[in-house]
Parts: sequence; structure tokens; C-alpha cells
Amino acid sequence: MRSRLALWIPLALFAFFAGLAAYMLTQPKQQFVESTMIGQPLPAFALDPAFSGLPGAAKADFTGKPKLLNIWASWCLPCIAEAPQLEALQAQGVEIIGIALRDRPEDVANFLGKYGNPYRRIGSDKISEVQLAIGSSGVPETFVIDAKGVIRYQHIGDIRAGDVPLLLEELEKAQ
Amino acid sequence: MIRWVLALALSVLALPLGAQDSMPPAPYAYNQLDDPRLEAEASALMHTLRCLKCQSQSIADSDAPMAGDMRHQVRSRILAGESPEQIRIWLIARYGDYVSYEPEVSSTTWPLFAIPVLVILIVAGVLLRRLGKRRSDDDEGAAA
Repeated sequence: MRSRLALWIPLALFAFFAGLAAYMLTQPKQQFVESTMIGQPLPAFALDPAFSGLPGAAKADFTGKPKLLNIWASWCLPCIAEAPQLEALQAQGVEIIGIALRDRPEDVANFLGKYGNPYRRIGSDKISEVQLAIGSSGVPETFVIDAKGVIRYQHIGDIRAGDVPLLLEELEKAQ
Repeated sequence: MIRWVLALALSVLALPLGAQDSMPPAPYAYNQLDDPRLEAEASALMHTLRCLKCQSQSIADSDAPMAGDMRHQVRSRILAGESPEQIRIWLIARYGDYVSYEPEVSSTTWPLFAIPVLVILIVAGVLLRRLGKRRSDDDEGAAA
């Protein structure tokens, strides 16, 4: 009798794996690649100004208090949706340092003229070197950097109105 | 009908273009290294690194601007004297082992390596016992 039951084990195993596969197929795909640099110091970098209106950005700018590092581009559509939220953050006294990805000075100036300028500085990352160095994989992405230059939090995608309190809280935590 | 299919195909094709930049690619995105030995090293590595924007392709296979920038990183770092494994480790430190197609033993993947070894050991044990038993049966048969 026991051996008769044992015959069913392979079928039960197969049914388990088939069920697992079917279940996983119904689960939404994880689209975002999270940075594994959270808790690590910002890598050294120094970028030229993205346009003539603001200074460039370097690791040395992240001192004094926690700041936001916003990776964006004038050709990125969600960045337009994000612009009012960045202005709201700036209005609350948050210092935002931008990195414009693969962008042209005239396009950057044009974008800021149209959608507002919440930035204190914007560095130009023409070959995504800083983006790769901090483990970011898209635009827009926003990082909370503490006063010691340590990466504390990553927000992937555009900042919605509901994300503003969350980012303020993360900035507070990074004090 | 054909016009509709064409319109549909074109609208699908046109979508990704809306979200891309018009900048020239990084110097080593589409240019090979002069030294064929270094280029071979870089190429082998690039085939085992995941494009983060187009997640089912290697950076060697992808035309996404970000894949081009990753190829530039790989080639310029190889040129600067870094080994392919150093570059892989540099990327894994930033994106996790997800970025690498090369299987690594880690705290989450060790069962994948341990289970086959375990199964082989169990099978070897069972076989040895059975064969050993049969041989001793044969010996007894011969002696009798």
C-alpha cells in the first residue's frame, strides 16, 4: 500500500511546479531595477553645467544638509509630469541638484523655461556615467543624499503629488 | 485591411522613438577597441551583461541608448586595464546580480548549485547499494 502511494509523488511534484508556474505567470512583472547603492557613499563625480544658466554638479555639492539628486532629461515625458512636484519640494526648502541625461544645453534651457526650474545646479551626463555609477536605470529617478554624501533612498519613476510627503519624510530621516 | 495593419504596425514602431534622445552615442558605444585581444575580452563580457532598459537582451544585442553607454563603460574600463571580472563586480555592486547573466553562487542561488550535487550523491549511494547487493547475491550464488 505504501508503495502505491509513493507512485503518486512524481505526479504531485509535477502538479506543484505546474501550479507554481501558472501562479507566477499571473503576477505582475517587476519592471524596475533597484539600485543596490543605498547606504553607500555617492561615487566621486564632477559634471559640467547642463546649460549656461546654472552651475554643474559634483559630489562635493552634497554637503551641509540632505538634498535630492534628480536624474532627468528634457526628452523624457514623465519628467514633465514630475516638474510641478519638484517645484513643490523646492518651495518647502528642499535643495534639488539635477543631472540631465544625454541632453543638449538648448533643450535643457527650453524645458526649464516651459516647465519651471526647481534646480540649484544641473550637471550634464552625456554618456550616463554618473547614472551607471549610482545604479540608476531610467529617467526620472530621484535619490535622497544625506549631508555626508551617502545615498539613503531611491525613488524610481516620476514623483507624483502623493510622493512629496514621502520624500520629505526620507529627507527628514536622512538628517 | 492592409492599410489598417500597416497603420497599426507603424504606430507600434513609432512609440519608443518618442522617449529617446537625439544625442550622438558615447565614443565606444558602437566603436570597437583597436586591440583585437581587448575587444574580444570586452565583447565576451558584454554578451553576459543585461541591458537594464530592455531587460531580456544583453548590452551587446541592444540598440537602447543606455546599452550603448554601458558598452562604452565596458570598453573604456577594459582599455584602462580593468579585468572583465572587475567590471562585472562593479556593475553587480550597483544593480545586484540581476545585471549579470553569468550564474553566481550567492545567498539566494546556492540551492541551484547544491541540489544537483545532492541528487547525484543520493543516486550514487542508491546505485552503489543496489549493485553491491546484486554482486554479493551473485557471489553467494557462485559459492552455492
